[in-house]
Amino acid sequence: MINLTINNQPVSVEEGSTILEAAGKLGIRIPTLCHIKLDCFNVEHRVGSCRVCVVEVEGRPNLAPSCCTPVMEGMVVKTNTIRAINARRTMLDLILSDHPKDCLTCEKNLECELQNLAQEMGLHRIVYEGEQSTYPKDMANESIVRDLNKCIMCRRCETACNEIQTVGILSGVRRGFEAVVAPSGERPLNETKCTFCGQCVAACPVGALTEMDHTYAVWRALNDKTKTVVVQTAPAVRAAIGEMFGIMEGCTTGKMVTGLRMLGFDKVFDTDFTADLTIMEETHELIERVKAGKNLPILTSCCPGWVKFFEHQFPDMINIPSSAKSPQQMFGAVAKTFYAEKIGVKPEDMVVVSVMPCLAKKYEASREEFNSSGARDVDIVISTRELGKMFQEAGILFEKLEDSEYDSPLGESTGAAVIFGATGGVLEAALRTAADWLTGEDLKDIDFKAVRGFEAIREATVNVAGMDIKVAVASGLGNARKLLEKIRSGEADYTAIEIMACPGGCLNGGGQPYIHGDTSILKKRMDALYAEDTGKTIRKSHQNPDIKKIYEEFFGEPGSHKAHELLHTHYKARTNA
Amino acid sequence: MGDACSCGGCVGSKIGCDNVLDKFPEQKADLEKYMDSLPIGKEKEANRGLLIQCLHKAQGIYGYLPESVQLFVANKLGLHLSEVYGVISFYSYFTDIPVGENKINVCLGTACFVKGADKVMAEFERVLGVKDGQTTENGKFTLGGLRCVGACSLAPVVMVNDRVYGNVTPAMVGDIIADCK
Repeated sequence: MINLTINNQPVSVEEGSTILEAAGKLGIRIPTLCHIKLDCFNVEHRVGSCRVCVVEVEGRPNLAPSCCTPVMEGMVVKTNTIRAINARRTMLDLILSDHPKDCLTCEKNLECELQNLAQEMGLHRIVYEGEQSTYPKDMANESIVRDLNKCIMCRRCETACNEIQTVGILSGVRRGFEAVVAPSGERPLNETKCTFCGQCVAACPVGALTEMDHTYAVWRALNDKTKTVVVQTAPAVRAAIGEMFGIMEGCTTGKMVTGLRMLGFDKVFDTDFTADLTIMEETHELIERVKAGKNLPILTSCCPGWVKFFEHQFPDMINIPSSAKSPQQMFGAVAKTFYAEKIGVKPEDMVVVSVMPCLAKKYEASREEFNSSGARDVDIVISTRELGKMFQEAGILFEKLEDSEYDSPLGESTGAAVIFGATGGVLEAALRTAADWLTGEDLKDIDFKAVRGFEAIREATVNVAGMDIKVAVASGLGNARKLLEKIRSGEADYTAIEIMACPGGCLNGGGQPYIHGDTSILKKRMDALYAEDTGKTIRKSHQNPDIKKIYEEFFGEPGSHKAHELLHTHYKARTNA
Repeated sequence: MGDACSCGGCVGSKIGCDNVLDKFPEQKADLEKYMDSLPIGKEKEANRGLLIQCLHKAQGIYGYLPESVQLFVANKLGLHLSEVYGVISFYSYFTDIPVGENKINVCLGTACFVKGADKVMAEFERVLGVKDGQTTENGKFTLGGLRCVGACSLAPVVMVNDRVYGNVTPAMVGDIIADCK
């Protein structure tokens, strides 16, 4: 242990700790901006580029950046001297000199860490009126808007893209005043191998990276009398939407459904229904492949960021993932064929809106192959954040809403579906169904806890119907890469693997309410999803009565010709550059 | 997505599709031989330390660093293309734009400037019909400005490839260009 004093208080911390961590132990807050630490994923971004966290260290002529200065025995630190405070303010003054001052209309208004700091540090005037950057916005894709004029070069997005996700499209380019973070050749994102996972958006402290806002398209659809507008909500949305209205724990599914009805959706349905459908198709495929002993392991394919990742970076392995569409796209296909037919509405007169914790889902819905109904299956995708904004705009007091139930028939779901929102959930759901199908029994012991949690890669051998099935779960594309490389080299012999692009799964998706580095929020979301699962009477996808019905009425069997037509897809190799 | 590309090797984007590697197989072999002689390992961090010398070599071979060459270097070192581009865009020495056979650089450092380098530059621009930083249409000359070559006693100074001309006046510009042919 290392002993030091901070603001005259003694503290001892482990060797290698930073001054910032030691101060935190004493309950002393040092402001930070470029620094971010994600405890549950063991990720720390500490480049020390913003210099907002400088402190005085006795015996050192210069101020030290506390986020990246390791503690030393006998160190005497002062965090709040006039010199440190003035230096911090100057840093902020300089950052603001080349930062737009349009906070009122900024996407990140009230969620901006720079804005918060300016308030906290009591900046009340612009000191330096200097040259302003004038870059055009990159709005060429469906998911992410890049506004480099707002970039403060903290480079958190680079850590998210290159270190955590290993997608590797972002780099600091040029130098001095002209320096920006950009892909190679300063291309727009849609011309790169960007997966649109949105982890860069989640990491950005300011408004330089935000989601493409599609709420106006939803308002327009809701006000179009000629359209039947249906909405689907992804599993992870219910565990996070409440945060925007001060509800920090538990799922707020019932309130969300009530709110969506108040917005004017004709039918409020659940992506959980098609998550159950995904399990039917994917588990069928799993069992087929296991029986044939071919093309294993099977990899889940629900996550569009993950799909785009392997298409670019592992094009030699595009036949391994399950051919099952994601729940979002299954919903679109089912809504505009089966359901449209049932209610006598032409597919072109139906608008399917998705609420997703994800930004890649916006891109996924625009992929040209997803047009089972003859046109685009999912018309508009909004994020959890965008839905929260719509509630606010409509004057809906979310926290005061009564609970209500989803509409039938695409609203019924099981506990197996709701855990899709957490890493490991899809695999657990598939194992529940596979175990029943292979034994022909209704098994009681259905909690596969070995595949749960935030650990980067989780492996387990589960006994299903007397067969040992070796499974693995990875969340975060960097972890996915490790698993894929093991499969490619023949080192791994898994049967089934679940992969989600975002660390922690959809509950930490790029479209979820901002957590600003507080990963305890993610734990609460995970707990909420598993609580929702255990609270359900039916916890296995194949026991969902409406799923049974849709096979009886429409699809026949899992893996049938019709199921293949509407519920399965294909992948294509893309440039790995 | 960009337009469909004729190279046949890519889907969806034109990254690295300038065909420079295929057009000049000998040069590619040269670069490959050089890179194979380096202690490239599995550790990204270590390989990153070899990047600049590879780019130096590559630019020496091709005269510039087209994207296909950047990608070739990136793949060999196990780095992302974006990292390579980040380095190229940081150092003014590296360029991803083709340059002319002859590089004419007028020193615009303080000493040369006060001795009339701006007039020399203007004359080069007039005679060659290009601006500072541009290449003539026939690919013969690239005109550029630079900061101090350390020969201030000869100001104003012009560098043509590896040659240095001292005490340059606008009247000498025609002869300097003629020397290149």
